[in-house]
Amino acid sequence: MTTVSTGSTGSTGSTGSTGSTITPTVPTGPGRPAGVPAPPARRGRLRRGFNWLGGLGAGAWFVLVAVPLYFLFVTSLRSSSDYLADGPLALPTGLTTENYFDVLTSNFPLYFLNNVIVAAACVAIVLLLALPAAYAIVRSRSRSVARAFSIMLLGLAVPAQAVIVPLYLMVTQLRLYDTLLAIILPTAAFALPLAVVVLTSSLRDIPNELFEAAVLDGAGPARTLVSLVLPLARPGLATIGIFTALQAWNGFLFPLVLTQDASVRVLTLGLWDYQGQYGTNVPLITAAVLLSLLPLLVVYLLGRRQLLAGLTAGAGR
Amino acid sequence: MSTATAVRVGRPGFVWVAPALTFFGLFALLPMVVVVYLSFTAYDGLNPPRWVGLENWTRLGSDPLFVETLRLSFVLTVASWVLQTAVALPLGVWLARRGRSRALLAAIFFVPLLMSSAAIAVLWGTLLDPNFGLASVLGPLVGIDDGNVIGDSRYAFAAVILVIGWQYMPFHTLLYQAAARAIPVQLYEAARIDGAGRWRTFRSITVPQLRDTIITSGVLIVVGSMTTFEVVLILTGGGPGTSTRILPLHMYLEGFRSFDMGYASALAVVLLVIGTALSLFIARVTGYRKMASQREGM
Repeated sequence: MTTVSTGSTGSTGSTGSTGSTITPTVPTGPGRPAGVPAPPARRGRLRRGFNWLGGLGAGAWFVLVAVPLYFLFVTSLRSSSDYLADGPLALPTGLTTENYFDVLTSNFPLYFLNNVIVAAACVAIVLLLALPAAYAIVRSRSRSVARAFSIMLLGLAVPAQAVIVPLYLMVTQLRLYDTLLAIILPTAAFALPLAVVVLTSSLRDIPNELFEAAVLDGAGPARTLVSLVLPLARPGLATIGIFTALQAWNGFLFPLVLTQDASVRVLTLGLWDYQGQYGTNVPLITAAVLLSLLPLLVVYLLGRRQLLAGLTAGAGR
Repeated sequence: MSTATAVRVGRPGFVWVAPALTFFGLFALLPMVVVVYLSFTAYDGLNPPRWVGLENWTRLGSDPLFVETLRLSFVLTVASWVLQTAVALPLGVWLARRGRSRALLAAIFFVPLLMSSAAIAVLWGTLLDPNFGLASVLGPLVGIDDGNVIGDSRYAFAAVILVIGWQYMPFHTLLYQAAARAIPVQLYEAARIDGAGRWRTFRSITVPQLRDTIITSGVLIVVGSMTTFEVVLILTGGGPGTSTRILPLHMYLEGFRSFDMGYASALAVVLLVIGTALSLFIARVTGYRKMASQREGM
């Protein structure tokens, strides 16, 4: 999960698979290196034959995933008159970047900037609050800390949709309606329990002796946190940072009910806006969707494993 | 200095959790209490909430739309669970094997994970557009002559289920992939020695070993289907008519379009209760506590 390991993510992944390193089994299927003797033809999990049913199913699903993505990419490069004349599936004749130009000269850069601010602020809040909390949960013997942890665990189950009405009331009472802060605060709050839980389990791996050594050195909790926990918690912090950033970047519900004005609009709401505004100009809409996705795609290409770890952080509970 | 304090030297206390707990409590736990209070008030979003007792709750009992939206939500939940598990489990197991082509396929399979609900709904909105989208081309081939899938109450809900499936399936595939990789290889070797075929191995080893994940993924699908509405809002807005108006969308529209936030709060409480009850029920029925026994004899 460290940043260094991302280099190997694109490969078939000989690292990280405990199963294939202890046992002599080699990966089967198309990837099997030539020269490995074929075992006796026996059916089973470790067979060498191709799993036709699996391949067929995966192929069918691949079409369902790839065609919309292909459509998204290719359509964004077509002119809207070509699109209307030739239909959605026609091979593009002349490619153009005019849609991207149109999107970038609209309000899009503002929405993008708002998104960046919201995501950065959420990550900052979550990291700042989750790290000391997780540290206390791992190291403290106080009963109230343990109770705080169980509250956080319970908090994992609160669906944001169920509390939008009271949040609207609170945000208007605090006079925060139509501000970026109205989006940031609840988004960060809802990412927090998971961040604490994930970070706690990663801090539990720090050997007790290190903490004892810190105490012998006369370090108080604050110094222990900064000089011992912080450096060792980096992989965990990266995971929850990615998770929080994704939540904030793709968040739709809180901006939807807590803001209204175009000056504080975020990308997700902006896309919906484009759909209503340019309903017939499909190429422009696809260009906007693709541009909103771009930062995540770049991160995905650079560090797929780490990004996916951040995404599934919630399921490990 | 007493011994108790001596033990605690160098150990962080409650102050260290307090900021996180306060922040979370303020924006997530407090609203859960307030929503119950608001369900007993009339609140239009502008004027302060006014106590009306059980009015919203009696209205709930006589609202035919509530029953209909609840039914749709249950259909969506069951259909999503069946569809997503039926695809994600085998696909995840298939992708768990190593290989260059599988790794490449996986990289593309997981792209929808990056997309927001809004991006997915907008993309599918253009694909399903009866005039300009793919639906205008493909619709006639499957017997929908005008290609108007989302504008027809017979097909709109099925389209919604499929788009939501498209959105969440990669996530569950990823869960199953990770879980399948953690299954001890020895089990498969033993099965092979016993002469078990591919299907038999899948049924007797893979699926039982994935039990934890089946439950986790199931709970997430159930709670998600009962509470999220973003995709439906953008794709169909609940229509045509009320044919895709699921319960959480009903709550949103009542609260933020009709500005009847008191009634919306009552619906939100129903959502909270159903979501929690269903996930507890799944965990109980599937014997979540007895999970440890599945590794017996290892």
